[in-house]
Amino acid sequence: MPLELYLDLHSQPCRSVFLFAQINKIPFEFKAVDLSAGEQYGEEFGKVTIIRKVPVLKDGDFILTESIAILQYLAAKHRTPDHWYPADLQKRARVDEFLSWQHTNIRTHGSKVFWFRGVVPAVTGAPVSKEKMDAAVEDLNASLKTFEDKFLQSRPFIIGDKISLADLVAIVEIMQPVGTGLDVFQGRPVLSAWRDRVKKELGVEVFDEAHKVIMNVDTLPQTFEKKGLPEFLKLKLQKMFN
Amino acid sequence: MVRTCEAQTRLSKLFQKMSLEMYLDLFSQPCRSVYIFAKKNDIQFDYKKISLFEGYQYSEEYGKINLLRKAPAIKDGDFCLAESVAIMLYLAEKFHTPDHWYPADLQKRARVNEYLSWQHSAIRIHGSKMLWFKLLIPKALGVEIPKEKIDNAVEDLNASLNLFEEKFLQDRPFIVGDQISLADLVAIVEIMQPVGAGMDVFENRPNLKAWKDRVRAEIGVELFDEAHQAILCAQESVKTMDPKRMEHFKPIILRYFLS
Repeated sequence: MPLELYLDLHSQPCRSVFLFAQINKIPFEFKAVDLSAGEQYGEEFGKVTIIRKVPVLKDGDFILTESIAILQYLAAKHRTPDHWYPADLQKRARVDEFLSWQHTNIRTHGSKVFWFRGVVPAVTGAPVSKEKMDAAVEDLNASLKTFEDKFLQSRPFIIGDKISLADLVAIVEIMQPVGTGLDVFQGRPVLSAWRDRVKKELGVEVFDEAHKVIMNVDTLPQTFEKKGLPEFLKLKLQKMFN
Repeated sequence: MVRTCEAQTRLSKLFQKMSLEMYLDLFSQPCRSVYIFAKKNDIQFDYKKISLFEGYQYSEEYGKINLLRKAPAIKDGDFCLAESVAIMLYLAEKFHTPDHWYPADLQKRARVNEYLSWQHSAIRIHGSKMLWFKLLIPKALGVEIPKEKIDNAVEDLNASLNLFEEKFLQDRPFIVGDQISLADLVAIVEIMQPVGAGMDVFENRPNLKAWKDRVRAEIGVELFDEAHQAILCAQESVKTMDPKRMEHFKPIILRYFLS
């Protein structure tokens, strides 16, 4: 039975898993989950995982959620090149340190900016208040500053000379707000240079393929008009602005 | 000869103790998991007790240890490391702790990793909020949090706890199976945080309570209680805190909790 990966490439953690599998030539069946239609809350997906999030890996009977866990699992099972998740104690610790930190920093803030710029206006027809938007962008800028000052510094990649899972997870998260037209690389030459290096290491074609949907996120209003607005989105927005 | 060997062993233990520093404030959940893990596994360390409430994390001194300005952080010789999950994985590997903490088996390890990843944006966030809403913000700003906000936070925490029980624990003794792992350790310290705020999360959750008792027994009741002493006295200790010394929290509170 082939490996199944449940993905929606609008989602950052789906992109890192997709890219990792593609680059390492790990064969898999792409099981599309349409988040904008609320498929993650459907009965069928609920049988896959009650966490109701993507990505999900299904390897025979073994079902695994959380992109970090999936990447670590694939790296070990398919014995991918050491640089992705080095055996060296301190190098591995540096990867783990970033993978842990990013959850509530770059991921949270990048996602918020994406929602505020890309999703909320598409749903409500109105922009988010300037105050809220400015605060979200400020938080994102602070995370990017920490990323450059602490995690990247003057190294080619986060842990040194070679790309690792840390760079992969970082790039997909940083690309999220870019999809809404906010060029976070502008005015950040070190970050831009790192992005170019990562893109080259991953492969420009597969990078662009993974990021195609997010770079076209301005079509979301038409999507909602065509398919209707899923219930979960209304509730999420209510809670976000409470 | 014997005396020389003894001296060498004492010296190397001393060197080992001196070479690993751990910067911890036991009010903080991730500090507790690191503390418990090290003590349980007899890992010798130099305990650098810090106070987050007093803002030590913003000092120039601490900036040299951890630019992220959070706790825990360790300094092992010249190697500085932040993030409790990274720290525990590092210690587990370096000190060859028993396999059950972070199993070598591919699928078991994946289950631990899955929990360690999920918890950041779930139990950790919602559990933390309770301490802030019920104790710290009223003290620091002299305001009561509106009931609706507290109710929403409790609802979120309950949703996380439901998922914890339905997906991660189910009818197993521990998250990964028969033995305790890093997943249980990280889970318990986070779940104890709202308890410190006065919320009995175990009420009407007999399965969760039974798991907690198992985890506490496995860790060792004395060590568990020692690590949780500060947080379980939070209601009392916050009363005596000086709001003027909590100025550095105001921007964080306004941005993340009251916006």
